[in-house]
This record gives sequence, C-alpha cells and structure tokens, in this order.
Amino acid sequence: MDLTFTEEQDELRKVVRSFLAKHSDEANVRRLAADPQGHDPVVWGRMAGELGLQGLAVPEEYGGSGFGHVDLGIVFEETGRALLGGPYFATVALAAEALLRCADEQARHGLLPGIASGETVATLALTEDSGRWDEQGVRLTAAHDETGGWRLTGVKTYVPDGHLADLLLVAARTPGGVSLLAVETSDAPGLTRTPLPALDQTRKQARLEFTDTPARLLGPEGAAWPALERTLATAAVLLSAEQVGGAAAALDAAVAYAKIREQYGRPIGSFQGIKHKCADMLMEIESARSAAYGGLWALDAGDETEIAMAAALAQAVCSEAFTKVAADNIQVHGGIGFTWEHPAHLYFKRAKSSEVLLGTPSYHRELLATRLGI
Amino acid sequence: MELDFGPAVRDFRDEVRDWLADHLVGEFAEHRGVGGPTDGAAWEVRLAWDRELSAGGWLGVGWPEEYGGRGLGLLEEIVFEYEYARVNAPYRATVNALDLLGPMLLAMGSEAQKKRFLPQILAVEELWGQGFSEPGAGSDLASVRTRAERDGDEWVVSGQKVWTSFGIHADWLYVLTRTDPQSARHKGLSLLLVPTDQPGVEIRPIRNLAGQDEFAEVFLSDARTGADMVVGEVGQGWRTAMATLGIERGTTLLPQQLTFEREAEALIDLARERGALDDPMLRRRIVDAWISVRIMRTTNLRTIAELTAGRTPGAQATTAKLYASTRHQQLGQLATELAGPAGQIVGEDYGLDTRQRSFLLSLAETIYGGSSEIQRNIIGEQVLGLPKEPRP
Ligand SMILES: Cc1cc2nc3c(=O)[nH]c(=O)nc-3n(C[C@H](O)[C@H](O)[C@H](O)COP(=O)(O)OP(=O)(O)OC[C@H]3O[C@@H](n4cnc5c(N)ncnc54)[C@H](O)[C@@H]3O)c2cc1C
Repeated sequence: MDLTFTEEQDELRKVVRSFLAKHSDEANVRRLAADPQGHDPVVWGRMAGELGLQGLAVPEEYGGSGFGHVDLGIVFEETGRALLGGPYFATVALAAEALLRCADEQARHGLLPGIASGETVATLALTEDSGRWDEQGVRLTAAHDETGGWRLTGVKTYVPDGHLADLLLVAARTPGGVSLLAVETSDAPGLTRTPLPALDQTRKQARLEFTDTPARLLGPEGAAWPALERTLATAAVLLSAEQVGGAAAALDAAVAYAKIREQYGRPIGSFQGIKHKCADMLMEIESARSAAYGGLWALDAGDETEIAMAAALAQAVCSEAFTKVAADNIQVHGGIGFTWEHPAHLYFKRAKSSEVLLGTPSYHRELLATRLGI
Repeated sequence: MELDFGPAVRDFRDEVRDWLADHLVGEFAEHRGVGGPTDGAAWEVRLAWDRELSAGGWLGVGWPEEYGGRGLGLLEEIVFEYEYARVNAPYRATVNALDLLGPMLLAMGSEAQKKRFLPQILAVEELWGQGFSEPGAGSDLASVRTRAERDGDEWVVSGQKVWTSFGIHADWLYVLTRTDPQSARHKGLSLLLVPTDQPGVEIRPIRNLAGQDEFAEVFLSDARTGADMVVGEVGQGWRTAMATLGIERGTTLLPQQLTFEREAEALIDLARERGALDDPMLRRRIVDAWISVRIMRTTNLRTIAELTAGRTPGAQATTAKLYASTRHQQLGQLATELAGPAGQIVGEDYGLDTRQRSFLLSLAETIYGGSSEIQRNIIGEQVLGLPKEPRP
C-alpha cells in the first residue's frame, strides 16, 4: 500500500516549504497582493529552474519530470500554506492538465515544454458571466474562418490570472459541441483583457473579451467536454490540497497566538473555549486532508469513476474546512484578527475565493450525489 | 474500494476469507452484525462464535506463538480485522481481553502472568472486565479511590468500580487501585488482576438506555488476589493504565468504520424507499453521512499505511475517534428521522432492531474510551502543545 508518503516525498515537501518561507513570506504575499499583476517573474523562474515545480507532473516526453499527482499535491499543500501569489495554480493545475487531456499530441509537444521550463504562463478560460462550471455554461463561440482556422467571439470571465497569461486555453462552443482552443496572447487581435479587482487579492482574476480572435483548435472539434471535465476533477483535487495547506497555516497561527496571549492571568489556550476550538480545527483539517489525499491517490491510481467521486468529495469537504478554520483563526485572535495588518484575513479571503473557484461545495455535493445514484 | 495489501498477504487474506465463508454459517450467520464495543446482545451465541474463532486459530493473530497466538505481523492483523468486518461477523464478546488486557500484558506483564493468562484468553476460557472507572473517578481517572493493601502474599482490595462492560460475565477484573494510601492523583496507583469468584467481589448489572444489562457496578470488600498479580511496577499503575487507554483509542476504528459504511448504505436505501431524496435538505444530510464514512475510511487507511511503513502515525490518528463518534451519532439521528414514526416502535420487551440499537448505543461512543471533551483536551495539549488546564 502506498497511502503514506515516501522519504523522497517528505524531502520534496521540505524543499518546497523552505523555498516558499523565503519567497512567499508575509511581506512578499502582501507585495504581490497589492500589485495589479500579482506575479514575480524572478521567483517564477527559480520555481521552474531550481525546483522544477511547473513541470513536476508533466511527463518527461513533454519536458517535465514525470512525477505523480501525489507529489504535485504536496507542492500545492505548501503553496496553499504560504498563500503563494502568482499563476502557479492557473498554469499547472488548470492549463497543463487541460493540455495533457486534450487528445492533441502535437499541441502537447508544442506547448507543454514551455510550461515546464517556466517560460509560459498559462490558464484555462472556462467560466462566463453565469459563473457556471458545467457544459451548459460554455456559450462563447468559435467559428471557422476563410483560411480554415478558427475565430473566437464572446466573453470569458473570472479567469484565474487571465490578465497576464501568455497562453489561454479557451472552452468554446462550435457546431459539433464544446471544443478547446488555444490563444497565444502575444499575437491575439480582438482580445481585450481587464483585471477584476477581487476580495481575495492573492489570486488575480480577469475578464477576457474576444472579437473575432484567431485561435488554434486542440484535438477533434466538439469533443472536448469529457477532457475538460477530467481536467476540472484534477484541478479540484489539487485545489483541495492547497486548501488543506492554507487551513493548516491558519491553525498554526491560532495555536501560536493561544500559547502567548494571556487573559485572566493565563494563556488563552488553557481555556477550553479556545483549546477545544483549536482541537476541532485540527479535526476538520485532518478530515479534509483525508479527503484531499484520497483524491490524489485516486488520480495516480487512474480509475475514472473513483477520480470523479473523490474530486467532488474533496472539494465539498476541503472548501468548508478551510473557510471554517480560517474564520476560527480570526476568532482566536480577537480584535487583532480583524485588522488589515494581521494576516488572518488573507487566509480567510483565500478560503472564500477558493470555495467558489471551481464550483461551490453544494455543486460538488450534487455531483457526488449524482455519481452515487441518489 | 478493495483493500490491497500486496502479494505478501494475499494468500493470508484468502485463507481468512475461506475460513469465514465456511464457518460463519447457521446460527452464527443469523447473528451477523450483532454487537458493538458495548453491546451485550446475544451473548451466548457470540461467546460460542468466539470459541469457534479460537478453534480456527483466529484469536491473537499477532500474539507470539508461545502464548497461543499466531505470531504474525500487524499487516496480517489488519487484514484479518478488515475481512472480519467485511463479512459483518458478530462483534467479539472477548473484546476486553483481546484488544485491551492482552496487549497490555504483552507489553508490561511478567513472564508468569503472560504464561498464566494469555493462552486462557485465546482459548476463551476466562473472560475479563476493565475496572478503571469509579463513581467519583470517570474522566478524572487519577482520582481513583479503590484501595489495595499488602497482607503477606496477597493484596486486599476494597472500593467500588462502575460501568464495567460485560462485568457480570467477567471471571477476572483488571483493576486500577491506590496502593499508597498517602498518595495523591496519579502517583501511588497500581494495576491489579483480581479474580471475581470470591466472597469479596459483588457484581451487579446496570441497565443501559437501550434496555440491556451490558455494564455493571462492582463492589470490592476485602477482595483478595496474589502479590504477583500486579501488572508493571507497584506504584506505576497510572503508566500501565494509560498504555491500555492508548490501545483502546487506537484499535477499534477500522472494523467500526465498516459497520458505519453498511449503515450509511442502509440509510441511502431507506431514504430512497421513503422518497426522502427529493427533499433537498435531507438529500444534503444524506450525502454528508456518506461523505463522513468515506473520510473515516481514508483516515484509517492513512494510519494503517503509516503503521505498516514503520512510521509514527500523524495527527489524524488522534482526531479520528472524535470525528467518528460525532459523525456516527449524526448518521444515527438521520436514519431514525428517515424511519419516521414506524422507527419509534420497538418490539416486545423493548426489543430493538439493528438501526435502533446502533443509534442508541452510539450515544456512548462520545463518552467511553475518553469523552469527546477529554479527546479535545488531549488533542489541544498533546498534539497542538497548548498549555494545560489549571488543576487544583
Ligand atoms: C457504554 C460504556 C462502557 C464503559 N465501559 C467501561 C469499562 O469497561 N470499564 C471502565 O473502567 N469504564 C468503562 N466506562 C466508563 C467510561 O470510561 C467513563 O464513563 C468515561 O470516562 C466518563 O466518565 P464519567 O462517566 O464519570 O463522566 P464524567 O467524567 O463525570 O463526565 C461528565 C461530563 O463532564 C465532562 N468532563 C469531565 N471532565 C472534564 C474536563 N476536564 N473538561 C471538560 N469536560 C469534562 C465529560 O466530557 C462529560 O461530558 C464505560 C462507559 C460507557 C458509557
């Protein structure tokens, strides 16, 4: 059984954690949060060059290092813990996964090496004004032009890091159904990108308007939805790992404060009102961790039904756990927890935005119910 | 999901499966799913089943051969428990001795005690009760007042114990006593093995809220036991007792969780039958019940994987009981609600069906083996390192 981590995986966690402690400490998190771009190309380059994080789970034939999703999950747990700003989630959990699934060998060979090397920042443009994550939500259209290519017309919005991505993978409606198309933003006439000021400043979003924008079709026309659905399941599991990391950091902060803050002549952590709250936070986190790890193991085991169930379960559980723990962290801190200066709100806002990033907990419960046949 | 422990134990697993298929028949099969850690139902059949298991060599799978065990590893023990729970075999009546006392004796007992008691446990010749709690010492076990004094070659024990599971069936008790009358709290306690078949021991059944006589109160008045019946050192009974509680908190969750899974499936069937799945509020709670048992499973698998890889289990091993007991109660609440008014009617002599019994007994899960509040104290202080509660 491999339901525990290997020594190599422990080592990976350590390396990533110490890298992020340096490059995504509170000062850097706040710097990127305040910056409209929210991206530090130097750190990005080192993540790719020194640690190989962008290509970790990309197969070697496409320029990556061919590790599994359990390994990638460890990285996301750590980026979540450190509230890493920038396009790591968009590029790795969304775009790279979509490319890997898209039944287009040529595109994989052409586009994945850039992602793995850190040259390309990419994202998946799926949601529109309705905010829906299902097939019906895809309304933007792609039509054939005279040269045999494709052109996009319509709006995508709430696109993670869409304001700065070099490569957009766009879900569009074509005569045959839902298709996936690629747009390189360096050469995209008719594309307007507007950053969206968001409650959670640590993960940027953008609105993208396409007017007759040329795009390249990936894979067969009209057949992209199953691949996209699978991409979303994978991203849901990775997001869950990120959420677990964020929740764990919020609990660490609460516990550290409960040990030193004194009221009534003793540390507040000696009062059961606080102690039991912290114990419950840990129980929520460990349960969420089981949900997230269950998803990661399912991804590496490769059973499609199991992946879909485990992903929906992980999102339902981890979203709620992170939100609850991040709110409890504010409570444990009292007044100071309610200030802009204290980092507690950064975690809380990340929790709230993650909760809806790939569909709400209710949506995922419903997906699960459907899979269970109830 | 099938548990796959790899080729090394596959043969062993098949052996377990075959044996269970051959022997869990007739009367035993009729009592599938009967019992629980505190359920005294169908006692005689369960005892006979334990003897059947003993004859098959399935008690003490991991215990050394010299004491009557099979001498196999942790992985085999887990495989056995998993297969056992998978076929819903009756809960073992000898659980107290098998899961608590036995491991404690193996870890801290004298050679003579091991030789004397362990084979008897595995042969289901002697049944045991755990005499820790007292009327004045429940969560605060360190305030135990039952006294034991040396008189020549014997200990003389007086005091009262309570909530002793299966106490009326016990041939022996393992009792936490105060051997140093001047001592306070956890100093000066000793763990003694006391035979019940003597004038100084009186055991009275206590009826629980499900209407069963499964636990008991025990009155010790100058009860006697040999000087060599101390487990561990005299005065070190606290350490010995804590080791047992550690075992109690850890081992029972995997088989329990399979029972919960079955209950969750039954819950979904019931909901379907009753049209409850069309009610969005109920639907949500039903999905949540299913999610809970899935989480319990993965949490237990994480712990097992860590144990078998020789690693120290993570924090989830400590939070698992709090989670499982709480969620199991919620599952029972929901099942009872879905059953509607019909679920509120019991049989003759307060006869409960499986759902009713499991629901009512689930109320004890947040009390025994360390209540949920005590679990939270332990998690807060021992896992998170928060400052201790002030103690007088
Ligand atoms: C079905 C069943 C079987 C049992 N079997 C056995 C057995 O075989 N042998 C045996 O020795 N014992 C057994 N017990 C006893 C069990 O271990 C105790 O009931 C348990 O430890 C609680 O003690 P208590 O009942 O005295 O409750 P109390 O300790 O009086 O607790 C009452 C309430 O106060 C809370 N509380 C107590 N202390 C604190 C604190 N410090 N902080 C916050 N809250 C606190 C508790 O959580 C509980 O809610 C059994 C109990 C049950 C229900």
